[in-house]
Amino acid sequence: MAKGVWIVAEQRDGALRKVSFELASTARKLADQLGEEVAAVLCGSGIEALAAELGKYGVDKVYVADSPALEPYTTDAHASAVAKVVKENDPSILLVGASAQGKDLSAALAGKLATGLATDCTEVKIADGRLLAIRPMYAGKCFGEVVIMANPQMASLRPNVFTIVENPKAAAVVKFDPGLGEAKTKVLEVQKEAAGKIDVAEANVIVSGGRGMKGPEGFGILEELAGALGAAVGASRAAVDAGWRAQVDQVGQTGKVVSPNLYIACGISGAIQHLAGMSSSKYIVAINKDAEAPIFAKADYGVVDDLFKVVPALTGEVKKLLA
Amino acid sequence: MGTEVYSVPMIPPINEHQNTGCALQVCVSGKEEDVNIVACVKQVPDTEAQIKVKGDGSGIEEGGIKWVMNPYDEYGVEEALRLKEKLGGEVTIVCVGPARTMETIRTALAMGAEKGIQVDDPTLYGADAYATAAALAAAIKGVPYDIIFCGQRAIDDDSGQVGSVLAELLGIPSVTLVTKLEIDGAKVKAVRPIEGAQLVIETSLPCVITATKGLNEPRYASLPGIMKAKKKPVDVKNAAALGVAAESKSKVAKFAPPPARPPGKIICADDTPEGKAAELAKLLREEAKVI
Repeated sequence: MAKGVWIVAEQRDGALRKVSFELASTARKLADQLGEEVAAVLCGSGIEALAAELGKYGVDKVYVADSPALEPYTTDAHASAVAKVVKENDPSILLVGASAQGKDLSAALAGKLATGLATDCTEVKIADGRLLAIRPMYAGKCFGEVVIMANPQMASLRPNVFTIVENPKAAAVVKFDPGLGEAKTKVLEVQKEAAGKIDVAEANVIVSGGRGMKGPEGFGILEELAGALGAAVGASRAAVDAGWRAQVDQVGQTGKVVSPNLYIACGISGAIQHLAGMSSSKYIVAINKDAEAPIFAKADYGVVDDLFKVVPALTGEVKKLLA
Repeated sequence: MGTEVYSVPMIPPINEHQNTGCALQVCVSGKEEDVNIVACVKQVPDTEAQIKVKGDGSGIEEGGIKWVMNPYDEYGVEEALRLKEKLGGEVTIVCVGPARTMETIRTALAMGAEKGIQVDDPTLYGADAYATAAALAAAIKGVPYDIIFCGQRAIDDDSGQVGSVLAELLGIPSVTLVTKLEIDGAKVKAVRPIEGAQLVIETSLPCVITATKGLNEPRYASLPGIMKAKKKPVDVKNAAALGVAAESKSKVAKFAPPPARPPGKIICADDTPEGKAAELAKLLREEAKVI
């Protein structure tokens, strides 16, 4: 019988990513309710030392595949390795981060393992001994409670939504042979963006701009506010389609669906597609000179005024508070 | 972009059951550089649609919804057409869904694809990603293919799995969220964003590519394109004809509207931008505790 709550730990360049700790903490909670163990799968090259770090967040056992063929991440190598160890051990639940890599990996794994996957969940719990995964659908216009009839029951968890809880365990390391065949894909190049840039999908705080920014140069004041807050800068579809901002920064139904702690919408009127993509943020601030803009209906705090005056003043206030 | 380029099929008609399974070389039919391209499409509610959950939570109210081609699939269809226009070949559109999805298939044919396959079977209505991918795989196995395009996700269920599962079921590689694609012989070079970086990934045909925004700017169907599309062949098949049994691995047990947000505050302060900014910063710090 399938047993155990498993996670796929995500590492990049030899360091565990934050979502791995969110996965571990969540898995621990589910496993305690089921009276089962938490295990993590960790793949890469020269990464064995990371296993102990996972123990800090409640992982009992870490299955490690350490091979140069697993670095950098490719879909086929990682999916093959994880599928192999999962098939050998038959866990009941498998959680993966809904990061760029995790979404890619989890979908390929669902295919290899012939199971169901609830993507980008914002809540997971146990009901009647099975996983109940709650996830936004239609970019957040509604929510679905997903049950999975096969094993392992897979869910990918939206980064930054699940709480990290320390719960030290010994984290026994079990090495496994990834059993890789000939590589079908390889990474030719990694083109890194400017250091320190935070991706909107993983940010705690997002400062977002729309048509009201009036042009690409308008985003300068948002960059400054984001810098003061340690935030990512997002954009509405209007701003992206106008070529003011990069596509990877777009928030909304045809961009990224986000749930930060704080979302500051500047000069964004609030088209339904945009509101869908950000309305599960914990706190929403709208700064817009049009008091009738639909964004205010979603905002916890609204400022009706000229954003080109409010935003720089807000940056000053934030700097004072955080000094 | 501009006007559509139409190539009258020069290759002899393909016996659909002649080449089952993966095409392992670029030239499975016709002249050497011809590429057999498949683009999978889904019909979804328009992004403008208000989504209303049925009273019993069993699904969403479909009345009044305007149905469109999934925006990410449009990028896939467009890339398929550009590839065909460059290398020669054929684009086959494959769609799983009820009768209404014929309109979406016709849209893709009007954009320039040659033919379509509609998998319409009541047992597949509301199918999950796995069952949908299995139906697509069964339909695609009946046609020659060198490259398969899917949207990176459908904007209704937002699952983002079908392309990857399809690739696994066909035993071919996949590259997801592609923003740039180059094909050279059987070599495929694709660019995909991850957090803070762009990856340049190499793989080989046959493969599945999932398209995302940035890959191209999809064309609109021209009027002559729309007229021609009416006469293009669309094969309608049910699950039995494809030899697949719908086997969803997951289901949405209950749909719910998003949690209501408490009413917000409009910050007035002393009515100067500076005063409002100071008040806002204070509330974010002391009340919301988010900075």
